[in-house]
Amino acid sequence: MNKTVFINTVNFLVLVLFQVVLFNHINFLGYINPYIYILFIVFFPYNKDNRIFFILCCFILGFCIDIFSDSGGVHAAACLVIGYLRPMMMRFVFGLSYDYYNIKIEKTHFGQRINFLLILILTHHLILFSLEIFSFAHIVLILKKTVFSAIFTLLLCLIFISLFSRRSS
Amino acid sequence: MQQIVNFLIRHKTFITFFVLFCFSLFLVIQSHSYHNTKFVNSANWVSGGIYNTSNNIGDYLYLKQYNQQLIQENSYLRKLLLNSGIPIKDSLKDSDSLDRKFKVRPASIIKNSYNKLNNYLLVDKGSSDSIAQDMGVITSKGIVGIIENTSSGYANIQSVLNTYSEINAAIKNTNNFGSLKWNGDDFNVVQLVDVLRSAPIKKGDTIITGGMSSIFPKGILIGTIKDFSLDVSENYYLIDVDLFNDMTTLDQVYILENLNRKEILELENSLDE
Repeated sequence: MNKTVFINTVNFLVLVLFQVVLFNHINFLGYINPYIYILFIVFFPYNKDNRIFFILCCFILGFCIDIFSDSGGVHAAACLVIGYLRPMMMRFVFGLSYDYYNIKIEKTHFGQRINFLLILILTHHLILFSLEIFSFAHIVLILKKTVFSAIFTLLLCLIFISLFSRRSS
Repeated sequence: MQQIVNFLIRHKTFITFFVLFCFSLFLVIQSHSYHNTKFVNSANWVSGGIYNTSNNIGDYLYLKQYNQQLIQENSYLRKLLLNSGIPIKDSLKDSDSLDRKFKVRPASIIKNSYNKLNNYLLVDKGSSDSIAQDMGVITSKGIVGIIENTSSGYANIQSVLNTYSEINAAIKNTNNFGSLKWNGDDFNVVQLVDVLRSAPIKKGDTIITGGMSSIFPKGILIGTIKDFSLDVSENYYLIDVDLFNDMTTLDQVYILENLNRKEILELENSLDE
């Protein structure tokens, strides 16, 4: 139990630090940035009795990113939503009969992993950019940013997950 | 009563989610409506310190570029010094007015941002270095923005690449002025609006700050006219301005303090009353 707490705390700090120091400043083609800090939400162990704690963690994660990037509360809101919807997404992707307690993202099938990440990332990015831009007049810009950043985030997430699992096995 | 308590317990996850979500929405709306991020901003010692450290490391990669910039500026200043006997039209007036009315403090950008609609930068000087809200920020090439929030060691700048930014600007050598805004499309191009149709403009004309506000002195460079068209009312021009500054590689900046600002504001307030 203590090991899980430790790993997740380290995960949290490292991901926030990497996001704000490195990944927020990539600006590929001027506006595409990966948001890999949501890997924390992907890796967080599933526990039915502990959902409130998980949601609080998601909120604090987003809030930290917001403080660093001067963006009001957009990351906090986006993280909250995917944190809250994560069990539903898991049920949708992995099926009802899955043993969620022992689920490990690096041990799932490749297709299921991509589906799960894609749903999570697209939801997150859509909320993030809608709130950040906050105007219907720029709806094309919102969609453009969502799609391209999602592709970038997905690729980096897959790379990070495979790196992480190779080390542990 | 019992039922209400039961309801609350049954939906405690959703209620937590809902409360936190409303709070973050409040922060979002607040940041969109007051033109600044009062509660949540990066001018605090944790994020400022982290950005400062990472910037210290990153600076080594650009030493050559910074040296180049400094050499250019030095040669320009040396030229002014050598030619100081000869009246120089605009630049002499500017440097003169800078001496008397404006204090210049150097600072270094430690967090740059240009990919959002509302961009804020962070510098390593704060209220303990006498930096306060509404001071102008420029580089040797042109304007950068206006100081928005300060903490003791750090300050946020509202960049010109911010849809809330509005700066008085004029066309060089004419008295036609307008306000400088940004539509969020291209980080090299800002828009100058409300210039009267009668203004004689053509592509390539230089745009400078207008000096109608108490933030910037008159004559700070902004950019050149890239393109122009008439707006919907057909009375005003809508001008695309190519910035002189490359907003993506900002580092050393100067913060301008108008020593007469307090007096000007007091006068303006007394007129309002």
